[in-house]
Amino acid sequence: MTSTKASAVAPVPSAEAGDTIISIRGLNKWFGKYQALRDISLDVRRGERIVICGPSGSGKSTLIRCLNRLEAHQSGSVEVDGVELNDSLKHIGAVRSEVGMVFQHFNLFPHLTVLENCVLAPIWVKKQPRAEAEATARRFLERVHIGDQAAKYPGQLSGGQQQRVAIARALCMSPRIMLFDEPTSALDPEMVKEVLDTMIALARDGMTMLCVTHEMGFARAVADRVIFMDRGEIVEQAPPNEFFAHPKSERTRRFLDQILDR
Amino acid sequence: MTSTPSTTVRAQRWLRENLFSSPANAATSLLLLALAIWLGSKFFNWAVLNAIWGQAPVTTCNALAGQGACWAVVADKWRQMLFGIYPRDEQWRPMLAVVLFCAVLVLSALRWFWHSRRLAVLWVGGSAVCAWLMAGGLGLASVPTSLWGGLPITLMLAVYGTLLAFPLGIALALGRRSHMPIVRAVSVVYIELVRGVPLVTVLFMASIMFALFMPEGISIDKLLRAQIAIILFNAAYIAEVVRAGLQALPRGQIEAAEALGLGYWQMHRLVVLPQALKVTIPAQVNSFIDNFKDTSLVIIVSIFDFLYAVKQAVVSDLDWRHFFVEGYLFAMAVYWIFCFAMSRYSQWLEKHLSRELRS
Repeated sequence: MTSTKASAVAPVPSAEAGDTIISIRGLNKWFGKYQALRDISLDVRRGERIVICGPSGSGKSTLIRCLNRLEAHQSGSVEVDGVELNDSLKHIGAVRSEVGMVFQHFNLFPHLTVLENCVLAPIWVKKQPRAEAEATARRFLERVHIGDQAAKYPGQLSGGQQQRVAIARALCMSPRIMLFDEPTSALDPEMVKEVLDTMIALARDGMTMLCVTHEMGFARAVADRVIFMDRGEIVEQAPPNEFFAHPKSERTRRFLDQILDR
Repeated sequence: MTSTPSTTVRAQRWLRENLFSSPANAATSLLLLALAIWLGSKFFNWAVLNAIWGQAPVTTCNALAGQGACWAVVADKWRQMLFGIYPRDEQWRPMLAVVLFCAVLVLSALRWFWHSRRLAVLWVGGSAVCAWLMAGGLGLASVPTSLWGGLPITLMLAVYGTLLAFPLGIALALGRRSHMPIVRAVSVVYIELVRGVPLVTVLFMASIMFALFMPEGISIDKLLRAQIAIILFNAAYIAEVVRAGLQALPRGQIEAAEALGLGYWQMHRLVVLPQALKVTIPAQVNSFIDNFKDTSLVIIVSIFDFLYAVKQAVVSDLDWRHFFVEGYLFAMAVYWIFCFAMSRYSQWLEKHLSRELRS
């Protein structure tokens, strides 16, 4: 785990208080007999940046995976931009085309070039003409500073470059919400900064973001709210300054002591 | 030949460690080496040095008294061996069809043809012309399929038997992994049922029992029935190979495709199958080689494939009937050329595709 000192960036101004874009009520999720999420309720405003942290197995990845139905919940409700997530494929499709996701292991398609990775979903899901999709893709690849690699295959890029392609690929669908599932955990330390900088730039543009990460420097710089989870529950949530300076619960304090090395 | 001291030393060490590590091992090695040289030289003498090459009367061959191979039998009978009982005056047609068919196979192996439209034109066009040459009509004398035989039959049954089994095999593999219980059950039952019986019984069913179920007056060509039986049979095996490829795909690929909003069919067509099928190439070629050789079983339902045509060409002739060994060796050589070509091509294909898959 990289330390907090890595990114000393000026804080991104707080998001304007928008309307609620994600609404979670009484969410429970089991894997067999193991309960991964316990009675989670959470509202996310449009444009809000949220960092979710917690020890491994605390349910933080499961929580954001419930927001685009990569995991199906068993009870409670999840509503994304007015669409209730249930078994309806139409609802799931509608939510997925609004929610971009970036994974810990990038999950780029190795048999397609960088450009093809980026235009695949816009062409097949959004039915965009190829030329338009490619123009959009090139614009986003430029924005993540990787425009010159468009013709390469993912296997020819470094981890940091691959993760930036993954971010561009998600952005090509013009999502309203971006989910990040430990986006820097699989990266070599020297590549963490390039990915975080990309995410910070995205935050400045007003994207609604939910990031599962242990990069507390990133949390300080961009988060409107930090959420601490443990054993499937939300233990504590607060703006970053308050969260780091005055953690309320003992569990949060212990976690912060471990992760911040203080 | 130059060899650096280190390779010589290494070779010596390898020999000492593997073949001459103890007196008993050394004795065994020497004995086997002597045996190999003895058998090899005997075969070489028989097949090459003492053999009769090209056209020769059968009396010359008989005079050899088994001391040399009589390749004259192949020179004399090659048309019957390759084309079976196809009318002799029309045998240029199967010959042309085989050449054309091989050309289609070679062309579709080339990168330039790897576009669905080009492949479709090539295969539909090539197949239509081959079928016309074989069956006749439109200016050619018509030849019923009961007179077809030899290499065209073997190639046809093997190639279409694999090619057309592919879509069905993929569907069965996907079905077996489906979340829908009925689809999964049907796929599992089909695969396990077909894999559980020998090809011979499936051919028997297609050739004899099938006719009993059909209404009076309706009959489907016997060759076509055998072809369909082979397709249905191979599909079960292909399904299991494809399933192995599907299981090898990292779960993250599916999640990424789902998160992007791709539907089930889009995801499989664009993301899952291109990767899953690539990793199964060695296994697929292996089963294709199997299928190619298994087509010789169609003789039990009286379809005259290449192997049978070779045998029949030799043993039905009272003069030449003793030279069946040469005939079988010829058949072996032809089978080997096709199988070896496929094996080499699959190696090239793997290497070629792995350049894209470095991750």
